Amino acid sequence: MCGIVGLFLKDKSLEPQLGAMLSDMLVTMTDRGPDSAGIAIYGSPSKGRAKITVQSSDPKQDFAGLEALLKPVDSSVSVELKSTHAVIETDADKASAVRDLLSQERTGIRVMGSGDSVEIYKEVGLPKDVVSRFGIRQMGGTHGIGHTRMATESAVTTLGAHPFSTGADQCLVHNGSLSNHNNLRRELVREGMTFETQNDTEVAAAYLTAEMAKGKDLGQALTSALDDLDGFFTFVVGTKSGFGVVRDPIACKPAVMAETDQYIAFGSEYRALVNLPGIEDARVWEPEPATVYFWDHEKAA
Amino acid sequence: MDLSVKRESLETMRVFDLAKMPLRDLNSALHAIAPGTNDTNFEVVNPRGSHAVAVGIDQPVTVEVRGSVGYYCAGMNDGGSVTVHGSAGPGVAENMMSGTVVIEGDASQYAGATGRGGLLVIKGNAASRCGISMKGIDIVVQGNIGHMSAFMGQSGHLVVLGNAGDALGDSLYEAKLFVRGEVKSLGADCIQKELRPEHIEKLAELLDKAGITDVKPQEFKRYGSARTLYNFNIDNADAY
Repeated sequence: MCGIVGLFLKDKSLEPQLGAMLSDMLVTMTDRGPDSAGIAIYGSPSKGRAKITVQSSDPKQDFAGLEALLKPVDSSVSVELKSTHAVIETDADKASAVRDLLSQERTGIRVMGSGDSVEIYKEVGLPKDVVSRFGIRQMGGTHGIGHTRMATESAVTTLGAHPFSTGADQCLVHNGSLSNHNNLRRELVREGMTFETQNDTEVAAAYLTAEMAKGKDLGQALTSALDDLDGFFTFVVGTKSGFGVVRDPIACKPAVMAETDQYIAFGSEYRALVNLPGIEDARVWEPEPATVYFWDHEKAA
Repeated sequence: MDLSVKRESLETMRVFDLAKMPLRDLNSALHAIAPGTNDTNFEVVNPRGSHAVAVGIDQPVTVEVRGSVGYYCAGMNDGGSVTVHGSAGPGVAENMMSGTVVIEGDASQYAGATGRGGLLVIKGNAASRCGISMKGIDIVVQGNIGHMSAFMGQSGHLVVLGNAGDALGDSLYEAKLFVRGEVKSLGADCIQKELRPEHIEKLAELLDKAGITDVKPQEFKRYGSARTLYNFNIDNADAY
């Protein structure tokens, strides 16, 4: 099954509550998949700064002295530890040097996601435990997506949890299973993409990253995905300022959306949406099969 | 005001608040009703998208659901009258035997799937696979229906006041389909058929039962099975 949720705020006054709202939505979807859970939150970017969310299965050892290790590369670096994850904030120009040093010196560390604004947290376990372990409820932001997993295509591990991030400020959650992911992975590897897992969803994320690298916007990349991805999918995708939804043409995997003046919300089921403010008067609809839905903060502004 | 009448109606209406009590309390109460009882009026408040609301009714009770429901609402209904004052998730009135289910809003996929009898009225739109494998149920949708509706429908009637999506009536048996608007495409072995007087009479009856007064039966087109896939024919191998 899997449960997915997404929230794209239009009303800035709700931004401090994004983490709390998204956490409630995700916890409500727990019985759609108890294996692992993850959430991506897009906060307000600060100019010239980059964020790298990293994870370790041995945080005590891997995160010890991390800030001191990275200081010689970027004196402005800061490290915030959150359980098995850490958010490293660096000068945007130094981010790739920081990542290079990490991969050399701390081989147990995995990068969950990076960019100007996204922070990604995911772990094996129930949504309520995952959101409390990382303090998601206290986080503000402009938009976010979440996932609770019932594993089918790859192992129940932290790296196999969603969201998958394969490009700066991009991430994707998926309910379904792809049937042509092995072939597509080979093609994407040839184009220079790298993969961390054998997971089908990571291929979908990498596919969108590759399409956007060719100059497409998120909406156009999702439209191409309808031609090139085979299998079952309801995707919810985030970019730095955008939020997209697409379902395969068969559309077996459930999806409900709601829109008010304050937000656009996505849930695998209506239950995920019932605590949102003003839901009684929201426009609630089921996204059409093979139809791309796409919103962008920058384009709306 | 006649207070005695008011008190009686209050006493016989049992209200289940799903924000305060588990769903099983409601469904157990519905299943415990003995034949012939007059304790037959139920109201469900705060359904908040719950699954399996009012499933397995087997007595002529009336259930008013105040809000939207999740999966399988009123599934297997046998004789009950269930109204959802909101929208319904996947599989509403799945395998209904008899009775009436009315959805005031929209219905998600496979509404009325495998239904054997009774009447399902959807006042908004129905998503994909509406009436899939229907076996005698009558379904009236006032809006549009999604793709693959009435797939392998065996008997019963599907009446759509709006439009139908792709592959309507694919691999259809003897269910009768009536669409007032556009059909995006017909499925394998489904064809348009003549609207004869007996069909107009049946349509008038179903529209009347669904409380629709401003639409004429003559406005519909009828679709049914071409009956070329009933028995295996090697020349049809590509169509299976």
